[in-house]
Amino acid sequence: MRSALDIARDVRSGATTAERETASSLAAIRERNDELNVFLFVDEEGALGAARRVDERVARGEEVGSLAGVPIALKDNLCQMGVPTTAGSKILQGWRPPYSATVIGRILDAGAVPMGKTNMDEFAMGSSTETSAYGPTRNPLDVDRVPGGSSGGSASAVAADMTPLSLGSDTGGSIRQPAALCGLVGVKPTYGLVSRYGLIAFASSLDQIGPFAKNVTDAATLLEVIAGHDPMDSTSLPEPAPSLVRHVNDGVAGRRVGLVRELFEGADDEVVAEVGRAATALRDAGATIVELSIPEIHLTLSAYYLIAPAEASSNLARYDGVRYGLRVDGDDVAAMNEATRTAGFGAEVKRRIMLGTYALSAGYYDAYYGQALKVRTQLIDAFRRAYLETDLLLGATTPSVAFALGEKTADPMAMYLSDVFTIPTNLAGDAAISVPFGVGRAGLPIGVQLLGPGRSEARLFAAARVLEVADERS
Amino acid sequence: MTSPLRREDVAKVAKLARLSLSEAELDEFTAQLGQVLEHANDIAALDLEGVVPTAHPFGLINVVREDVRRASLARDDVLAMAPDARDGRFAVPRIMGEAP
Amino acid sequence: MTLRDGWEMVVGLEVHTELKTTTKMFCGCANEFGSEANTNVCPVCLGLPGSLPVLNVRAVDLAMAIGFALHSTIASSTFHRKNYFYPDMPKDFQISQYDLPINSGGHLDLPDGSRVSIERAHLEEDTGKSTHLGGTGRIHGADRSLIDYNRSGVPLVEIVSGPDIRSSAQARAYASELRGILIATGASDGRMEEGSMRIDANVSVRRPGDPLGTRCEIKNLNSLRSLQRAIDYEALRQVELIEGGATVRQETRHWDESLGETSTMRTKEEAEDYRYFREPDLVDLVPDVTWQERIRGELGPMPAARRAALLARLTDPTSAQLDALEVVVDLGFDDIVLAAIDAGVEPSLALARAANELASGIDDIANLTTDAFIVTLTMEQGGELSATQAKTVLLEILAHGGDPRGVARAKGFEQLSSDSLGETVAALITEHPDEWARYREGDEKLAQFFIGQVMKLTKGQANGKAVIAELQRRR
Repeated sequence: MRSALDIARDVRSGATTAERETASSLAAIRERNDELNVFLFVDEEGALGAARRVDERVARGEEVGSLAGVPIALKDNLCQMGVPTTAGSKILQGWRPPYSATVIGRILDAGAVPMGKTNMDEFAMGSSTETSAYGPTRNPLDVDRVPGGSSGGSASAVAADMTPLSLGSDTGGSIRQPAALCGLVGVKPTYGLVSRYGLIAFASSLDQIGPFAKNVTDAATLLEVIAGHDPMDSTSLPEPAPSLVRHVNDGVAGRRVGLVRELFEGADDEVVAEVGRAATALRDAGATIVELSIPEIHLTLSAYYLIAPAEASSNLARYDGVRYGLRVDGDDVAAMNEATRTAGFGAEVKRRIMLGTYALSAGYYDAYYGQALKVRTQLIDAFRRAYLETDLLLGATTPSVAFALGEKTADPMAMYLSDVFTIPTNLAGDAAISVPFGVGRAGLPIGVQLLGPGRSEARLFAAARVLEVADERS
Repeated sequence: MTSPLRREDVAKVAKLARLSLSEAELDEFTAQLGQVLEHANDIAALDLEGVVPTAHPFGLINVVREDVRRASLARDDVLAMAPDARDGRFAVPRIMGEAP
Repeated sequence: MTLRDGWEMVVGLEVHTELKTTTKMFCGCANEFGSEANTNVCPVCLGLPGSLPVLNVRAVDLAMAIGFALHSTIASSTFHRKNYFYPDMPKDFQISQYDLPINSGGHLDLPDGSRVSIERAHLEEDTGKSTHLGGTGRIHGADRSLIDYNRSGVPLVEIVSGPDIRSSAQARAYASELRGILIATGASDGRMEEGSMRIDANVSVRRPGDPLGTRCEIKNLNSLRSLQRAIDYEALRQVELIEGGATVRQETRHWDESLGETSTMRTKEEAEDYRYFREPDLVDLVPDVTWQERIRGELGPMPAARRAALLARLTDPTSAQLDALEVVVDLGFDDIVLAAIDAGVEPSLALARAANELASGIDDIANLTTDAFIVTLTMEQGGELSATQAKTVLLEILAHGGDPRGVARAKGFEQLSSDSLGETVAALITEHPDEWARYREGDEKLAQFFIGQVMKLTKGQANGKAVIAELQRRR
């Protein structure tokens, strides 16, 4: 499939039409969706309508945005008016939101064509897309393996050439990890850079929406469209979207890159080897590599598995059978709430709600949640210190290449450990990008991760582009 | 300091969270949550006296909006979502007990 | 009512007041009482997945105004989530302030000179409203409940007093004075009957000098009368328990207005575990000095000061005048009354007309200018209008607008000029020489006789005081 940039250019010039691109995306979806279980809902009618509107704008000679006619897949936790939105959960089966997320308005303004909603771990709780109430998504590169998660559907849509772009959300690595496992570029933007309005919350202080793409420039283009202040989100950064595409080819000459031991230690040898190779590529492009240790990272997994479930336990209380979604009746309202939630939530969601409820409950708050918030402070301070002597950090995205379906479902702790390199960025509120670099066993992709302080996206994309070019050459 | 997770703790938490667990689930959750909490004990044990907790990654303050009306939703659209609605209202089984 | 001898009650009040904003606390839906059910709702106040709250600046302004009026310390504050399941609360948590409220400390001085301390006055959101179908229409016995979310997300300030109140009358005085302050700050319309001010009372009893007893909290007292009755009932219940050898159990109790008694809602053991934690979707509120000073500067005088200003204009006030003064301050008519007094209107007359006629036409008060009020009362005082006519003129202006002279003319209230009054009196003197002689010799009772005659001749359009003035002029 051609890049988003090429499609948009050709749609604007009249060399192709949005409708034709949309039809070709629909055909690709039809071809493999049954096998891979990528889309929970394909919005054929809506997509063709949106495409025709783009074509009409082009025909009228109007300025059409940077995503003119580009098909895009949306993670199913993004509310789109009138389109079924489930967050991968049975409890929201059949719900059609009466409003749209801010990011959806922005991509439509830029001319993109939303194709439908992609599968995900239930409420984004998972690292393999296996906790979805609607069955797992398969990795298009090896259908016996997971695509990663929780945004596994959005990653697979791009990896299977169904759409050149997709949107996911990243709370602890849910964009970067599947990007790595599917051979894509995936970005976790600075907290507050992209509006969360209309994103079904998992953990509010950690969630960010971000792009998947086949290449760095496409990812930058999409992020530029969705970023920028939104008055509907109190945690939205006050400034407009940064220029990203313009800086993609800035290179890394003169940059200091910290190679962080805790961000690759314990990973498979093949992964560690690629991280080393990436460091060399950056050095060859003019960066200085500094070896670093940030021991506070060791504590982040524990802190994350208290903070995220705590927030989630409260965010998911509203699924009570009263106003929307599933209801399982009971004798009184409390019994109805309980029956609904018991039937509507899957095991992983229940586990996290239980964990979060416990961590916040009287007598345990100080020992668990309160301590976790302090660990978060320490981690933020540690990153701040690291960024005093570096411009960027480098590490692995995941400990291994894509694992087999079912391999970790019986052992929650093993699954949680697969996010160990991505979680620190979410806790710090910083930015990070996963970029494909090299291949591992059975030809499966490996991703390396570039991390930067808040608002460092332009710098990250430039470094990612350097790795992209180096990887193509090797 | 934290003590190991007991089965009755899990049952109590399930009640707070409005979830009902089978006996088998109770056992399973007790074991699994216990494992996560055991992992979490590494931070529970830290001496972090004087460290300021972080609830937000960035220090934005005073984000407010003007007191200006915006369109509300159409009532039909609102009630169309409801599992049960009567007389323009959301209907639920009887409420036992008053709001706290 | 005083508590049984040898006992003292200790009461603290939690007053919830809805703020008089145009929109709700976290969304742009109308904050409006009495709309059709579920018409003022949106993704935010329905708690739809993906929606996020954004704080209404006017709610903050009004909360700070309350803080200033209660002599509180205004400080940086945060929002928390109070987690519990209840169907009229769409997110199944309430956004409220917890350990860092916007207003801490302060006090409220009551008209009797006592002072009640204020612990805090914090911002939080209101819930929706449930009605119950089947059975009695109340919670008990209903088989279904219906929910309207129009009230969901309406801004509230909860004002928590210290346990300083020692009688139900003092509790009532506190609530009443607080209500006046809330109206004066513009924070609330004080309409208890519409639920815009709701009170919880913490009540305990002890032997004077003993440490505090176990308290019970009585929820949702919706009138000053309920407040007073419920406290009296509850304090006596506790005394009788203790005197009977039992102990008071800490619990939340419900007041039944028709039965006139409180009953157990929830014991301490059944209390919810609210799992408070910082609301991650909202940021810190840090009102800087400029913001605080702007709010302080906009604040008018509070009821106590306004009462004092009016009181200073009265010499030996009667109890009727004092009652009228209360009403006038409560309804915010003190400015117009003071203006009338300054323009030469008798204080008692200005108070009476404001406390009665203006009060009855309060919803249309915008139709009446201060000037029209002064002119009408001056006409009454000068004999141009009788008391009845002046009242009619005021009510007419309140209902339909207009200027007093025009309204009087249109109503056919002929001007009884001093010339024609003089002629009438002169004619009566000629007609009743004996009575006139006795009056001239000092029999003041005869004045009434002449007033009666004048009234008869003028069909009640004369002013009694003007007749006396005319009689004295001729004596």
